[in-house]
Amino acid sequence: MKSQEPRSRSSCAACKALKRRCTPNCQFAPYFRKDEPKKFAKVHKVFGASNISKILNEVADEQREDTVNSLVYEAEVRLRDPIYGCIGAIASLEKKMVELEHDLILARARLAFCVNQRTSFLNEHENMAPWIHDNPVSGMVETFNQNSFSFNQFGHLPFL
Amino acid sequence: MVSTRCAACKYLRRRCPSDCIFSLYFPSNNPQRFAYVHKIFGASNIGKMLQDLPVHRRADAADSLYYEAHCRIKDPTYGCVGIVNLLHQEIYNVQSQIAKIQAEIAFLSTNEQSDETQYQQLQIAPNLDPNFLSEQKGFSNSFDDSSTWFY
Repeated sequence: MKSQEPRSRSSCAACKALKRRCTPNCQFAPYFRKDEPKKFAKVHKVFGASNISKILNEVADEQREDTVNSLVYEAEVRLRDPIYGCIGAIASLEKKMVELEHDLILARARLAFCVNQRTSFLNEHENMAPWIHDNPVSGMVETFNQNSFSFNQFGHLPFL
Repeated sequence: MVSTRCAACKYLRRRCPSDCIFSLYFPSNNPQRFAYVHKIFGASNIGKMLQDLPVHRRADAADSLYYEAHCRIKDPTYGCVGIVNLLHQEIYNVQSQIAKIQAEIAFLSTNEQSDETQYQQLQIAPNLDPNFLSEQKGFSNSFDDSSTWFY
């Protein structure tokens, strides 16, 4: 007599790629649906199924989806840039931060100049019609009190 | 006899051949370096990745793989993608600050131009009733040169 085996469900993308039976409690099934074969292929090529499984076992259940998404992202970037991977992306972003920080300093200096000009103008024309004093220099104190972002907090990348 | 095996072959407990792909990038004096990359990527994948690259780019690739593995071990959920996200957020914050300051500058410049224009017109007609000027200012901030109120 045939045993009452559960009907076979279609394999997840991982089990399909690994050519194995997809069990009901397959670790990969929730994150690698059968209609997304490329997603698993990327992470498998870079990390390997066994390493992905170990990483997933290290994190709590509720964090596994984020873990898989970040592994997929990292794998994609590594496949696009086999030499630097995500580190290249970090280096580009840090470079952009340096440029923006420079722009911020320039913008603040320009604003300070404009404020000084306006203050001088108001002082020179103190005795003018009252309407000229209607528009106070607004918002400047808050802007000047903004702290600069301290970038380059992620450590030196010696090879870049 | 002094062992000349690289860190990878030592870890994998195998003989280190003279053309070992790992030996240049995973020296025996830094066993942690190979241990990290092996834990995250696996020796086989590292070997394939390095093999696919020209020789002069392999050192940088090995360094970046080590850095990524290090980040992933420190933060198993996000790895170095967490750093990427943080940088994106900080870039957005700084861009917002710059935009705000530029808006302030534009506001000041507009008011300065408007006041300068009206000051000049007051110079032309010093006996004009200041209240009349106040009403004119209430009309518009972008003063039209073709206005004929002083004729």
